[in-house]
Amino acid sequence: MPAPARRIPHPREKRIVFANIDREGYTPDIDCYLRNGGYEDLKKAVKMAPADIVAEVKTSALRGRGGAGFPCGVKWGFIRPGETKPIYLICNADESEPGTFKDRYIIHQDPHQLIEGMIISSFALNVHLAYLYIRGEFPLGAKLLEQAIAEAKAKGFLGKNILGTGFDLEIYVHRGAGAYICGEETGLIESLEGKRAYPRIKPPYFPAVLGLYQCPTIVNNVETLCHVKHIVRMGGAEFAKIGTPNNTGTRIVGVSGDVVRPGYFEIEVGSLTLGELINDLCGGMKPGRKLKAIIPGGSSAKVFRADERFKIKTKAVDGSMLEKEISVLDIPMDFDTMAACGSMAGSGGVIVMDDTRDMVETLNNLNQFYAHESCGQCTPCREGALWMRKITDRMLEGGGVESDPALLASVSNNIAGKTICAFGEACSWPTMSFVAKFPEEFAALAKKTVPAFTPPEFLSATLTGGSH
Amino acid sequence: MQIPPQLLAQIDEAISHYPVSKRSASLPLLHLFQEHFGYISEEASAWIAEKLELQPIHILELVTFYPMFRRKPPGKHHIRVCKTLSCALAGAEGLKAKLCEATGIKCSGHSHGDPVTVSPDGKFSIESVECLASCGSGPVMMVNDDFYEAVTADEISQILSQYK
Repeated sequence: MPAPARRIPHPREKRIVFANIDREGYTPDIDCYLRNGGYEDLKKAVKMAPADIVAEVKTSALRGRGGAGFPCGVKWGFIRPGETKPIYLICNADESEPGTFKDRYIIHQDPHQLIEGMIISSFALNVHLAYLYIRGEFPLGAKLLEQAIAEAKAKGFLGKNILGTGFDLEIYVHRGAGAYICGEETGLIESLEGKRAYPRIKPPYFPAVLGLYQCPTIVNNVETLCHVKHIVRMGGAEFAKIGTPNNTGTRIVGVSGDVVRPGYFEIEVGSLTLGELINDLCGGMKPGRKLKAIIPGGSSAKVFRADERFKIKTKAVDGSMLEKEISVLDIPMDFDTMAACGSMAGSGGVIVMDDTRDMVETLNNLNQFYAHESCGQCTPCREGALWMRKITDRMLEGGGVESDPALLASVSNNIAGKTICAFGEACSWPTMSFVAKFPEEFAALAKKTVPAFTPPEFLSATLTGGSH
Repeated sequence: MQIPPQLLAQIDEAISHYPVSKRSASLPLLHLFQEHFGYISEEASAWIAEKLELQPIHILELVTFYPMFRRKPPGKHHIRVCKTLSCALAGAEGLKAKLCEATGIKCSGHSHGDPVTVSPDGKFSIESVECLASCGSGPVMMVNDDFYEAVTADEISQILSQYK
C-alpha cells in the first residue's frame, strides 16, 4: 500500500482534531500518542464528576459534526438522570456521504484520539459498553482501531477499573458492509442489532430514549467525539470562544472536484468564506476554468449556482439586525449562514464544479447514488429515487421529453418530508436544487434526439413486405 | 464446507463482543466467512443462522441488503472502483475502462443485483462502488483490502503487477 500523501497545514487552518494528521514521524501506535500527551485528558476527566463533563460539553455549544449539526450537549442531556437501564455509546464512523473525507484520516493516522474521546464520553454518560461502527470499506482502519483498543486496554485506559477509578468500559469495533443508510443513527442501530439497516419510525426522535437493544443510546460522529477530548482539556467556555456564537469550535472541511488543490482543512467555524476556502486554501479553479456550481456540505446539500446572491441578516455591533446582500463566495463556512442561504453545512464536504461540467450529468451521478442506497423501506424514497435516476438517465441518452424538468421537480417535492428518515430529503434536495438553479441545461435535454424504440414487427419494411 | 479451527475461534471471539444479543454478530460473521471463502454461499448463510440461533432468512436478507456481501465467488483479486461524484469528476470512468482493458474484463454487463464481473482467467474481478470516502484524492480504488488514491492510467499496470 502506498504511503498517503502528506500535506502541510495551510496558515489559515486551526488544527485541533487534526493536530497530528500528516505530522512527520507521527505513528498510530500508543507509544507515539503517549509521547504527545495522549490520555492526559482522560486522566483529567476521571477526576471530574460525570455531570460536570456533560455540563462542559453543553457550555462548549459543540454541534454534531456528522451532518445534522445538532448540539451534542443537548443530545447527551436526553439521558435521564438516574437511568436504570444500561446506556450505550456508539461512535458513528460510517463516513459515507459523498464529498466527505475527514474521519478516514483520524481513524488511520490518530486512532487513539478517537478512543480517548470515546472513553471520556462513556465516563461522562455512565456507559460500560460502547461500539465503534466503522464502514466496511475501511478494513485497515478497523484493524488499526482494534489494535488501538488492545493497546489502551494493556495500559489500563480501558477494560476493568480504568485508572483505578472503579469505572469499567469495553469498546468493540463493528464493521458495516457498504450501506450508506447505516450513517442514519437509527439505521445504524438496527444494523448493529444484526438486521437490515431500516431506520426506525420516529418518535422517539432520539435513540437516547430508545436505542440499541431498546436501551438509551448516544450516537456521535467521530469528529464530535474527538472534540469532547479537547473540550475537557480546554474547558467548555474556552472552546466556545473558537468560532462564532452557536457555531463554535473548529471543523474539518473537505474540498473535492475542480479546484487546483483539493483536500482537507481544519478551520475555525465561520472564520473564512466559501470563496476564501476555494481560492486561497485550494488554489482556486483549474487554469482557464470558471466556477459554475458548489455543493457546500456533502452530496445531499442543495447546490449553489456561482452567480447566486442572497439576502442575509446579520447582527450589528449595537445589536440591531442588518440585512445585506452577499454572493455565493461571501458565505461564511458556518452552520447558520449556510442554512440561511438555503443549503447546509452538513458534513463539511464541499464539491466544486467548473464551467466544463454538464449539470444533468452531475445530477445523474448523484441520482444513481441515491437510487442505489435507498433502503427501500418507504415508498416515496424507494420509488422516487429510482424514478429521478431513470429520468436523468433518459435525458442523457437522448430520450428526454419536454415535461421532464417539471416531473423531476414534482417527484423530488413528493419525497422530502414523507419518509421515515432524512434520506428522503437527502435524495430529493440535489434534484430539487439542480433543476431549479440550472433550468436552461435541463430544458436543453428535455427533448428526444433519438427516435423512440419501435418493436421490429412494426417497422414499415415488415408491415408492407410481410404477410399482413 | 470445512470450517477450520482458526476461523471457528475468530467466530466465537466475534460473538463474545455482543453479550446482549448474538444476532448482532451476524455482520461480523458474514465478514469472516467472506474473507475466508470469498463469498457467502447458501450453505454459509445456513451455518451462520444456526450458529446464532436464527432462521436462514435472517442472514440471507442481510446478504441481499448490504452491497459488500457477494453471493458468487469474485476473481482471485477483487478490484473496487469508486464511481461517485468527486471521483467521477476526477476521471473514475476512464480509470475503470483502463482497468477493464488491463484485466481483460468486459466493462458492460454490470447490474444492480450482480455488480461483480470476473476476468476470463479468474485472476481479477471488478466492481463499481459508491463513495469510498477519499473524495479529495480521486479517482480512488481498492484491490482486495489495499487502498489506492489519485490513480493515473500510467500506474495501473504497476499496481496490478503486485497481485500475482
